Amino acid sequence: MPTLANYLIASGLLFAIGLGGVLLRRSIIIIFMSLEMMLSAANLSLIAFSRFGLVSGQQNYDPQVLVFFIITVAAAEVAVGLAIIVSLYRARRTTHVEDLDHLKF
Amino acid sequence: MSTVAWITLVSPLVAAALILLVTRSSKPLAAGLAILSSLIAALGAWIIFTRGVDADFHGFNWVDFGPSFTLPFGIALDPLSRTMLVIVTSISPLVFIFSLGYMKGEEGYCRYFAGLALFLFSMLGIVLADNLVMMFIFWELVGVSSYILIGHYFQKDSAADAAKQAFIVNRIGDFGFMLGILLFWIATSTSTTAGTISFAGLNASAGNINPAVLSVAVILIFCGTVGKSAQFPLHVWLPNSMEGPTPVSSLLHAATMVAAGVYLLARIFPLLSASPEAAEIIAWTGAITALGAGLLAIGQDDIKRILAYSTISQLGYMVTAAGLAVSAALPMFHLFTHAFFKCLLFLSAGSVILGMHHEQDIWKMGGLKNKMPLTFLAYCAGMLALSGCPFFSGHYSKDLIMACAWDHHRGVFWVVVIAAALTPFYMARQALVVFFGSPRSEAAKHAHESPRVMTVPLVLLSIPAIGAGWPFIEHLFFHEIGPLAEPEVPGFVPLVFLGAFVAGIALALVLYGKAVKDPLRIPLLENRFYIDTLYEWIVANVQGGFARLLAFVDRWLIDGVLVRGSATIIWTLGFALRFLQLGNIQAYAFFFGAGVIALIYVLLTVH
Repeated sequence: MPTLANYLIASGLLFAIGLGGVLLRRSIIIIFMSLEMMLSAANLSLIAFSRFGLVSGQQNYDPQVLVFFIITVAAAEVAVGLAIIVSLYRARRTTHVEDLDHLKF
Repeated sequence: MSTVAWITLVSPLVAAALILLVTRSSKPLAAGLAILSSLIAALGAWIIFTRGVDADFHGFNWVDFGPSFTLPFGIALDPLSRTMLVIVTSISPLVFIFSLGYMKGEEGYCRYFAGLALFLFSMLGIVLADNLVMMFIFWELVGVSSYILIGHYFQKDSAADAAKQAFIVNRIGDFGFMLGILLFWIATSTSTTAGTISFAGLNASAGNINPAVLSVAVILIFCGTVGKSAQFPLHVWLPNSMEGPTPVSSLLHAATMVAAGVYLLARIFPLLSASPEAAEIIAWTGAITALGAGLLAIGQDDIKRILAYSTISQLGYMVTAAGLAVSAALPMFHLFTHAFFKCLLFLSAGSVILGMHHEQDIWKMGGLKNKMPLTFLAYCAGMLALSGCPFFSGHYSKDLIMACAWDHHRGVFWVVVIAAALTPFYMARQALVVFFGSPRSEAAKHAHESPRVMTVPLVLLSIPAIGAGWPFIEHLFFHEIGPLAEPEVPGFVPLVFLGAFVAGIALALVLYGKAVKDPLRIPLLENRFYIDTLYEWIVANVQGGFARLLAFVDRWLIDGVLVRGSATIIWTLGFALRFLQLGNIQAYAFFFGAGVIALIYVLLTVH
């Protein structure tokens, strides 16, 4: 039976991998996927706290409801984000972040 | 009667406004309006005087905050203001008419007449004001209009400077005046009732005010007189005001402006006589002024400046007379006689200057008595009256002041007697150099008598200049103001006065009878006791130094450090932070993450 710590470590690993992807990868699609992974890490820790944190001996389902909301909003966000990436690609013919540095001094 | 009084006051203002707003292009109309308004004022004044109206006409409340604070605007008619009204309005039309000839063809003709009318309005306001604040307003208006008139030839630097000086020096005195008004307000207000600033209320409450406060307040009010009536040490503006056209000098020096200070002292006479300390200071200020200005008149070469110093000296007499605290009528009597003969002297000087084609140095004149006989006779009348020649007006008023001085204050008496000996000396000097001897310049050889429009006012003014002091006239104008009884003096005192007059004339005859150049050159007097130099030094060094200090603070501390400094700091910070904008989205994400970690670290470790 895994404990809360196991879940949190897994969640932390997921978050770290996601952050590493955001900071290190060049392709904006991969960065976007890593971002989603960070969101999942947050969801995972939320679920774990819900499962192990009993409120006066009862399960608290509020976090699980919240997670559904997050997943829904994330799906909508992915739709918007992907649309932006597509139009960006059409305009610039690239999805590499090093090439997208026009907003600098 | 109230209508007559208001018309008298307002008609010159209406004339000034009409000249400036409507009839600027028409010279005859401008002059006509100004003269008409002065004649209306004169008519109103004489009606008021002959009817002997005693009343206080309330006009309106200028400031009204209920019973706790109101500033009324009203006309006070009493013996004092009636007499002063007659003096002012009788002399003004003559000066206005004289100006027709003097200003003929001059630049700014309409502006000049508008200025004269405004000046007359301001002066009438001072005379008729029924409270200190209203008087102060008109007091400042006189300052403004004198600024306009003295600076009439503003293209000349000297005239512009003189106008500025007259205004600023007056303001110095007026500051004291303002403080005095406030002090009276405070001193007369109690926990339940508001203070009073009306002359009637103040004069009635003279006994209720703390003597020390009263003295301070009277001296502060006297500061206004020191400025406006050109007493030492604020006398410097008056000789310089000679830069204005001569009729202006005549008006300024005779019945208006400078007389306002003396009138103010007469107005607050009950307060002044209730405070011996203030009266003592006032008497000494006047006596020192009378003597000092008399000395300075000897060292001047400009025909108008000599008269200017003699005006200061005579004002010294009036102020002394007020300071003797005998009767309000005493200074007013001398003001009355002086107004006529000094106006006459200035107008004759103006006539001489016009005849000499605007030459003012007396050492370039000479022998004018045959070329300008009317001017000469008028001048002699004025000069003898000023010098205190028996049977001329000045003799009566001046001797009365000196006799009262003997009676009340022996120290002041000797000072004014010496000044009285100086008066005939410098006046005879001027007369001898200007009208006698031989011409000292081409202009003097070809001098000509002035036109009729100028000589007629001269002749008209000669009559009061000679007779204004005769006992029946004195009784007519002054018996209501206060008692003017000749004090009991030992038999030799009148002889001292006569001796002073004869000695002054004789000394002048000996020194200047045949003089071609000035035989008496005293650097101290020619440089006006170095007072002007001292003031220049003060302005240049003390005030200039302070200004430089302020300029330094402004330029370096306020502009440099505070304004430009703060802008520079923000700009530098912004410039440094620009380098963080790499344009790389991952760098931004990294900064963001690092920031979050740093924040968590801080939150966890710092409690």
